[in-house]
Amino acid sequence: MADRDLTVTLRQDGPIPLDLTFTCGAGDTLVIFGPSGSGKTTVLRAIAGLYTPAHAAVRAGGETWTDTAAGIAVPAHQRHVGYVFQDYALFPHLTALGNVETALVARPRDAQRARAHECLAQVHLDDKAQRYPRELSGGERQRVALARALAREPAVLLLDEPFSAVDRPVRRRLQDEVAALRQSLDVPTVLVTHDLDDVVRLATHVLLLDRGRTVALGTVSALMRRPDLPGLVDVAGPGTIVDAVVRHDHPQRGVVELACAGGTLIATGSAPEGSAVRARIPARDVMLATSRPEGLSVQNVLEGVVQRVTAPGDLDAATVDVAVAGLVLSAEVTRDAVARLGLTPGRPVFALVKAVSIDVAGRADRPPRD
Amino acid sequence: MDWTALAVSLQLGAGTVLVLLPLGLWLGRHLAARTFRGKLLVEALVTVPLVLPPTVLGFYLLLLFGARSPLGQAFQAVVGQTLPFSFTGLLVASAIANVPFMVQPIQRAFASIPGDVRDAAACCGLSPWQSFRRIEVPLAWPGILTAAILTFAHTLGEFGVVLMVGGNLPGETRTLSVAIYDRMQAFDDRGAGVMAATLLVVAVTTLVTTTWLSDRLVQRRG
Repeated sequence: MADRDLTVTLRQDGPIPLDLTFTCGAGDTLVIFGPSGSGKTTVLRAIAGLYTPAHAAVRAGGETWTDTAAGIAVPAHQRHVGYVFQDYALFPHLTALGNVETALVARPRDAQRARAHECLAQVHLDDKAQRYPRELSGGERQRVALARALAREPAVLLLDEPFSAVDRPVRRRLQDEVAALRQSLDVPTVLVTHDLDDVVRLATHVLLLDRGRTVALGTVSALMRRPDLPGLVDVAGPGTIVDAVVRHDHPQRGVVELACAGGTLIATGSAPEGSAVRARIPARDVMLATSRPEGLSVQNVLEGVVQRVTAPGDLDAATVDVAVAGLVLSAEVTRDAVARLGLTPGRPVFALVKAVSIDVAGRADRPPRD
Repeated sequence: MDWTALAVSLQLGAGTVLVLLPLGLWLGRHLAARTFRGKLLVEALVTVPLVLPPTVLGFYLLLLFGARSPLGQAFQAVVGQTLPFSFTGLLVASAIANVPFMVQPIQRAFASIPGDVRDAAACCGLSPWQSFRRIEVPLAWPGILTAAILTFAHTLGEFGVVLMVGGNLPGETRTLSVAIYDRMQAFDDRGAGVMAATLLVVAVTTLVTTTWLSDRLVQRRG
C-alpha cells in the first residue's frame, strides 16, 4: 500500500447503515455511484471528519485520521482535505478571493494572497476575484469552491455532486477542468454522484453503493461491462468503456477516427486530432454476426472471439463479451440469438457497432489502472 | 428633567449590554450549533424572564440578593456592600431580566448559518475559534447587533425589576422610568412628560439606527 493512498473502512448498523471498504490511490478518481439516500455523502463526511460512524478507519496522506478501535479521531480542521460541497457552501460575506484565502489560514498573509490568486487563475476566475458569491453564476461558484478546496494542497480531494447544480454545457466544461486539475494535483479523489456522465468522464474506479453497502467495486471499465449491477444498469444498461486517441478528425463528414486497443473505431462527433478521449459503447447497440456482413450502413465491423457469455436467469437478454484484439467489447443479445448462433467461448464472431452509438465523452486524462 | 436619572439609565443600559454580550455569544452559539442533554430545559430557563411579571422576578432576585441568602452574604463579604438597593445589584438584576433579549436573537442568527458553511470552515483548516471569529460572527452580525440594541432599549424601559431590586435612590438606582413614575406621584405632569419624551426619542433613535445599520450590513454581505 502506497503511503499517499486513501484507505477507508466504515461499518455501522444505524442510524445511517454503512458497510464498505475501499482504497483509492494517488491520481485515481473513485466515483461513488448510487441512488440518493444510499449514504454517499456520509462516506465523504466520514473521510473529512465531519461524521464518525460506530466503526471506522480512515488513513490518508500517510496519517491515520480515524480509527475508532484505537480511539483516534483527528478533528476535521486538522485533516488536509479539499472538500467541494454539493451546494458549494461558500462564505457569503467574503469575496471569491477571500473564500480561497480562508483555506490558507495557516500561511503568512502575503503568501495567502499570491496563492489564492494562483488558484483562482487555475479555474479561470482570477478576473472575478473581488466578486461576492451572490454576484457569481452557478458554474463560477462551483469554480470558487474548487479553487478553495485545492488551495491548501489537500491530501485528499472530496467532491459531492459537484456538477448537479449547473446545466449540461457548463457541466461538461467543469468536468474537463476537474479532470485537468486532478492531473496536476496527483492525490486520491473521491467523487460522489448519481449521474452516469460523471462516471464515464471522470472515474478511474467505481464504487457502487446501495443503502450504505458496497454492491460492486472495481475499475470503471470492468464495472461498466457487468450486466448484473443495479444502478448502473438502470441508468444506462451495460456497456464498454473505451479509452482512445483521435487519429483523424473529419468535420465535414461529422465523424472521428479513433485508435483504441480494439483497432480503429469510427464515431460521430468531433475532437482535436491526437487528443485522448473516452467513449462508451452501450452493449445493446452492439450486434453480433458469425460471418462478415456486407452492404450495411454500419461503419464498425470488428473481428473477435467470444470470451464469455453471461445470461442472468431472470432476464431474456444475455451479455456476450467479445475479445477484439486488446479490447473486450460487451454485446447484449437475446438468449435465443445465443442459441441460434452457437455463441460459446472461443467462437469467432464479428461485432457491429454503428458510429452514432459511440458516445465520445471528451477527455480521459489518464487510462484506468487495472 | 432629571439628568442624573437619565445618566443612571444610560449607564445601566450600556452595562447590561456589556455584561450580557459575552454570555449571549457563548450561549446563543452553543444552543444553535449543538445538541446536548437538557438543552430544552436551558432554552426554557432563558425564556423565563420574558413571561414572568417583572415584579415576580424582582421579588425572587431580592430574596436571592438579600443579606440572609448565601449569595448576598458572599457578595457582602467580598465587596463589602449589599446587592439590593445598589447600582451593582441593579446591574445584576437587569442582566438576568434581559437574558432572553440578548440570547434569543443571537441564537437565531447562529442557527441561520447553514451547517455546510460551518463544515466548510472546518475543511478549510479553521479551528473552532477561527471559524467563530472569521466566519460565524461576521455572518451572525446583524442578529448580534439586534440583540445588543434590543437589550439596551429594553433596559431603558425596565420598571418593575428596577423598583423591586433597586428602589428609588437618586444617582444610584433611580432610572428615568422610575423618575417618571416618581414625578407623576408628585403631580409634576410636565416633568414626567419631558422625561417620557426623552425616553421615547432615545428608544426610536436606537431602533432606527439599528435597522439602518443591519440593512447596510445585509446589503454589503449579501
